[in-house]
This record gives sequence, structure tokens and C-alpha cells, in this order.
Amino acid sequence: MRPKQVAFGLGVLVLVVLPFVLSDFRTVQLATVGAYFIAILGLDVLTGHSGQISLGHGAFMAVGGYTTAILMANHGVRDLVTIPIAAAVAGGIGLVAGVPALRLSGLYLALATFGIAVVLPTILKKFDHFTGGSTGITLFGKPTQTGHGVGVWGLTNNQWLYVLTWTIGCALFLFAWWLLDSRFGRSLRAVRDSELAAAASGVNRAKYKVLAFGVSAAFAGVAGALFAINVAYTSPDTFPITLSLYLLVGAVVGFFGSIWGAALGALLIQFLPDIVGLIPHVDPKQGGPTTFFFGLVLVVLMLALPLVLRVASRVANRGYLGAR
Amino acid sequence: MSLLELQGVEARYGEIRALHGVTLTVDEGDFVALLGANGAGKTTTLRAVSGTVKTSGDVLLDGQKLFRRTPEAMARRGVAHVPEGRGTFSTLSVLDNLRLGAWVHGNAEPRELAHVFEFFPRLYERRLQQAGLLSGGEQQMLALGRAMMARPRLLLLDEPSLGLAPRVAREIFGVLGRKNETGTTIVVVEQNATLALEAAQHAFVLETGRVVLGGDAADLRKNESVRRSYLGY
Amino acid sequence: MTNFIQQIVSGLASGGIYGLLALALVLIHRSTGVINFAQGEMATLSAFVCWTLISHGWAFWPAFGATLVLSFAGGLALETTIIRPIQGGPLLGIVILTIGLLIAFNGLDTWIWGGAAKQFHGPFSTAPIRVGGVAFSKQDLGVIAVAFVVLALVGVLFTRTRLGLGLRAAAVNPDEARLVGVRVPSMLALGWGLAAVLGAIAGVMAAPSLFLEPNMMQTVLLYAFAAAVLGGMDSPLGAVVGGLLLGVLLNLVGTYVHWIGGELRLATALAVILAVLLVRPSGLFGRAAARRV
Repeated sequence: MRPKQVAFGLGVLVLVVLPFVLSDFRTVQLATVGAYFIAILGLDVLTGHSGQISLGHGAFMAVGGYTTAILMANHGVRDLVTIPIAAAVAGGIGLVAGVPALRLSGLYLALATFGIAVVLPTILKKFDHFTGGSTGITLFGKPTQTGHGVGVWGLTNNQWLYVLTWTIGCALFLFAWWLLDSRFGRSLRAVRDSELAAAASGVNRAKYKVLAFGVSAAFAGVAGALFAINVAYTSPDTFPITLSLYLLVGAVVGFFGSIWGAALGALLIQFLPDIVGLIPHVDPKQGGPTTFFFGLVLVVLMLALPLVLRVASRVANRGYLGAR
Repeated sequence: MSLLELQGVEARYGEIRALHGVTLTVDEGDFVALLGANGAGKTTTLRAVSGTVKTSGDVLLDGQKLFRRTPEAMARRGVAHVPEGRGTFSTLSVLDNLRLGAWVHGNAEPRELAHVFEFFPRLYERRLQQAGLLSGGEQQMLALGRAMMARPRLLLLDEPSLGLAPRVAREIFGVLGRKNETGTTIVVVEQNATLALEAAQHAFVLETGRVVLGGDAADLRKNESVRRSYLGY
Repeated sequence: MTNFIQQIVSGLASGGIYGLLALALVLIHRSTGVINFAQGEMATLSAFVCWTLISHGWAFWPAFGATLVLSFAGGLALETTIIRPIQGGPLLGIVILTIGLLIAFNGLDTWIWGGAAKQFHGPFSTAPIRVGGVAFSKQDLGVIAVAFVVLALVGVLFTRTRLGLGLRAAAVNPDEARLVGVRVPSMLALGWGLAAVLGAIAGVMAAPSLFLEPNMMQTVLLYAFAAAVLGGMDSPLGAVVGGLLLGVLLNLVGTYVHWIGGELRLATALAVILAVLLVRPSGLFGRAAARRV
């Protein structure tokens, strides 16, 4: 067996054991980590491997989250069924967004996606007949919740959410792994590393860049749907600009955009407040210190990137952020 | 006394070695041409002097060994380098370009500006235009005029006649000759060997990163291999 | 009609702030090709510093002056310690780094000063003055005046001084600039210092009407992006004009297009950004570098 297969196997093993040793509270936290994990996988495909930066992936999560919430609350669709629909809707919007994105160089794509993430909450509030406005949509107690009170295999509701999220997470990880090791992934990286050379060797750069946007957005859509299912609630404030920025931090922490580090990034987003709380005289509930350390982690990692790249430059098929 | 001396200078771009130990001497007041095929290391030799490429070996100015050569520091020492391709500040006006030439002296003196405009009246006519909108010949004049504003002791020029009409190229070399007569030391890299050997007093021939031949320009013009390789008759 | 004039005056006032922050963005972009996402948070930090000095009993103008000096030093320090080491690396890496700074500064503000909004008493009264039915405040007029004065000063600096010449040279062609003896790294550091000062002015001018809190400049940053893109990312004049135009445009659209109203003000700014980037990326005043071969 190759090291990557061993690593994956060990990862799955840890995921299976965890709910037996952790409290119910930690289990549901880890379910949220699973949603971040999936969103970061999507960002890895887009930014790490195709070199297109997105500062607005929270917006695609919101699309997925609201698709699920609206279908569940207003149309009586069961939560499990809404997940592929959320992926399709977010992925479709991603494909559409990918076309104008082709015309924007890296810098301006960052600017535009940042703008989308900042604006999104105001748009969600504006179309309130559809989205519930600032109050959002609550899913708590809806009969369409599969896990709620079902008790399959004697699972608690939180354990059910954990199983659901991570089953999908592992499946999507395998999909991303396969995808990035395939011809598709090689073409993406070829376009990232040199658009000119890729075009010269016959790679249709537009096709691959747009497809990457679509795939990435679909991942985020699934993450958003699971987010909504996990907390049984969506509102504009569920998807603030900070969520988008934290996803970027997570992707960078995860070995600069490699899917193999996505779990690390997702864990950091969830548990950094707890880690910060360990520092004496710091109150993580105040919010400021945690945010500060998020930023600091990103700054330090980006400063270290040139060094890391030099060390890792001979490892093939790696994703990395910061390609042009 | 020699103004510039290179002793076993080596240079590389990444994995590729461009200079394999260049040794040459340029006297004060000299006018030197560097000849050689593409990739022989002429441009890199100039860059080694102005500090725009990393080198090993010794570069001496006034017999003093120079450590930590940066372009800024070399400019301050009176070395003006006009790189190939008429590097100008394309969105800045002609006048601003010339003012920048005198950067190491503080503000540009009107006397110096007048001096440059005397050499190149066309620059005066176009002084308020963006440099990027000038014709190729005018841009080369501007690049040269900017170098003159620095009142350099040593003027390094890379392919000043590239892409210019023969008449304009001669005009440029005429100006170089007059500057040289007033005491400016000149080292020029030039594809047009005929033109270069007419204007220069001395010349060096480079091949694969080494000096293979050097001497009086007049003698080199008579040299059989130089004639065959660079003069074409 | 009075309402129309009213909206234009207050649009110019908010536009002045957008323009000032846009000017800071443009200064850094034209010299390094980077968009500094932390510019808004740097401005907020400056405003907090000014507020702290005032709350310690300083009068406004000395506090303002000290803030500008501190901001300049901060901008210089930021460039030399954090930006310079990765200068020359991939552009996107530097952009992501500035996003790290955005997050870190925001957290720092909250950590030190808390999240609650603070009243900031500026130099100009916010009490309304009525002239023929049009109500505006000294604050509005003051901000507009400050924007124009700053633009004029920046213009003089760039076109009339030796330092400005060096700054422009380093921005246009850093390799050539070094060859004529300009210390390019110093110029880049000065550019960051200057941008920090402009941001500080924007932050302090915005604080009295927006109330001072850590997220104060987050939406202003998006408006400043829109202003800078509209004016052409490399044109200082364009940034300020773009800001003023945007301020007026947003106010008029918000007032007369009821469907948009105040709620879609941000979305309108985003639409401006996207439209300009996709249709005319050089903006109103930007020009692709003139080149003739």
C-alpha cells in the first residue's frame, strides 16, 4: 500500500472511533468540522490546483444552505434529498460564475469574489419573502429532518449528524483525490503553472478553469447544506464575510491548498477559539483574540510559503496557493 | 590608468552559466566595443558591471575592488547603464525621464538639460510627451540623453542601434563619439560591428562567456576571423 | 429638487471618504501591483488611535496630526517587516498575506477596544445647517474639502517634487529606476507609509458619521474598491473622482430607484465593480501603459 492510502485508511479509522470516545457536544462540533472540511476541499480544487482565488466561497455555501433550508421548510423535501440538489444549484451557479471569472486576472478575481461575500448578506435580507430576511429560516422540528428522533442504530441526533457529514466528507474526499490525480487534475495544474504552455500543448484552459469553478462551488454547496442541516437554521449571518476568509485560512493551513491538509484547516476553524482560550489572561469569548490569531496564522504561513515551496517543489501533483 | 577592470568574472542565470571568467581592462577616456555572437555574454558583461546580475570574480573601478555592487550604488559611482530595448519610463514624460537621469545629483540642472537638448533637438520638441509614445529612434535618444544627465564617468550601452534606421544609428554613434571626446569612457555592445569598430578605439571579442580576442579597433577590423564572423566580408 | 441637491451633497461627502481610501489602494497598487485588502482595517486602527488620544484629553487637531505620524510609521514598518520579504514572489501570495493582515487588525481592534460602537467627535459639527431647504452639516462640507485638499497635496507631491518623481519611477519601471540610482525598496516603503496616512485620514473623517467600531471600514473598503476600479486602478485622480461619482450615484440610485433603496447600496457598488472590470478594466482614467515598438 502506498503512503497516501495508509493515511486515508488511518483517517477513516480515527473518524469511526471518535464518536465512541468523545462527548455528544464534541461530536456535533466535529460534524461542523466536516462541513468546513468539504468546503475547504472545494477551495483546494479551485485555488490550490487551478490557481483561481476565491474570497467568496462562503457565498456558495450560502447558496447550498438556503437551497436546503427553503426546500425543507417550504416544500417538504427531506433533508437528505436536498443535499444533491444543493450541490447542483451551487455547482450550476459556480459554472456560470466561472465564465466571467475567466476574464479577471488573479487580483481582480480576488476583489470580485471578496465583494460578493461582503454583499451576500444584504441580498439575502432584501429578498426576505424567499429567504426569511434577517430572521432566516429555522428547520428545527421539521418532519423533513431525517436524523431528528430517528435513532437509527441507536444513534443520538448529534451522532447521526456526525455520521452523515463525515460519510459524505469521505466520499467527496475520494472523489477529489481521484479527480485531481486524473487527466483533469493534471490539466488544471498545467493551466495554473503556465497558461501559455498549457495552451500550447492543447489544453483548453477556459474549459478547465470553468469546470474547476463548478466543481468547487458544488463542494461548497454540499458544505452549506450540511451546515444548515447541522444547526437546523440558516440566516444571513450564518454566512458572513469572515466565513469566506476563514475558509481561505483553512485552505492555507491545510498544506497551502492540498486536499491532504483540508482536515487540519477545518479543525483549526472550529477549535482555534479553544486553543486561544489556553493562553493565560485571554478571553476567547470576546472574539477579538481569536480573530487576531486567525489573521496571524495566515500572515505567518504566507511569509513561510517561499521556504515551504522550495522544500516541497519536488513533490509531484501538489496543490499550492499563491500561484499567479 | 585603467578605469574599469574585470578579473575572471563569472555569472549565471539559475542553472545556466553566462560568463566563464571574463577578464578585460578599460582605460579612462577609452571607447570600447564588445563584439560577439548571440549568447556570447556581451550583455551579461555589462550587467556584471552595473550590478544587475549576480557574479563571482572581481570588478575594479579606479583600481578599487567593488563589493556588494547594486545598481543604485553603481549609479552613484558614476556608472550609467542603458540596457537593451531602450528602457525608458514609458508613462512618464520625456522631461521627467531626463530628470530621473540626474537623480544621483539631486535635482536636474537646466544647464544639463539644455546640453542634452542640444544633442537631441527632437527630444526638446517632444519634452512633454509620454516616453512610450516616441518612435524607436527617439526612445533610444531619450535613453542616451537620460544617461548623459547622470554625467557618468563610465557609460555602458547595450545595442544602441538595434532596430534603428542606419541614418539614426549613425547619429547615435556620432553623439557617442562627441561624448567620448569630452572625457566620458564608453563601453558599447553592438551587433553592427562595422559601426562599432569605426567609432571605438578598442574592442573585445567574446565567445561562450570568455574574451577570446582584444586590441585596437583598427587592428581588429583587419583581423581575418573578425572580418569573416562579424563584418561579413 | 431640494432633495436632489441634498442627496448630491451628502453623496459627495461619503464619496470623499471612499475616494480617500481608494487613493490609498491606488498608491500601493500602482507601485507594487498588489491590492491591499488590509487598507480598510489599517484605517480603522488609525481612527482608534486618534480616538484614544482624544479620550485622553488631546484636542482634535494635535491628535489627528499624531495619528498621521504614527500611521506613516506603521505603514513603513509593515512594508519593511512583512511585505518586503515576499515582494517579488507570486502576487496572489502577497494578496493573501494582506487578507491575513485584514483579519489580524480586525481582531486586534476588537481585542483592545471591544466591539461596541463609539461616538467620535470630529472637528466638524454634525448639526444640520439649512440653506434654502437643503440640510447639510459642516461634517459633510469638511469631508469634501479635506478630500480635495488631500488630492491636491498628493498631486503636488507626485508631479512637483523630486520624491514624487522617484515614487513614480519606481512604480513604472523598478529595474530602470534602480539603474538611475533610485532606491526602489525605500520608495515602496514610503508608498505604504503614504497609503497608511491617506487611510488614516479616511478613517478619522468617516468615524464621526459611521460611529467607530472594528468593522467600521469593512463596507467602506468595498466602496473604495468600487471607486478605485471605476477611476482606473492606477490613477490617483481617478480614485478620488471615482469615489465622489460613486457616492453621488449610490445616493441618487438609493433615493430614486425604490427597488434598490438603501438595502442594495452595497450590491450596487459590487455591480459597478463587476461592470467596470468586465467591460472597461482600465476604468475612467486608467490607461494601459502607452507602448510603441
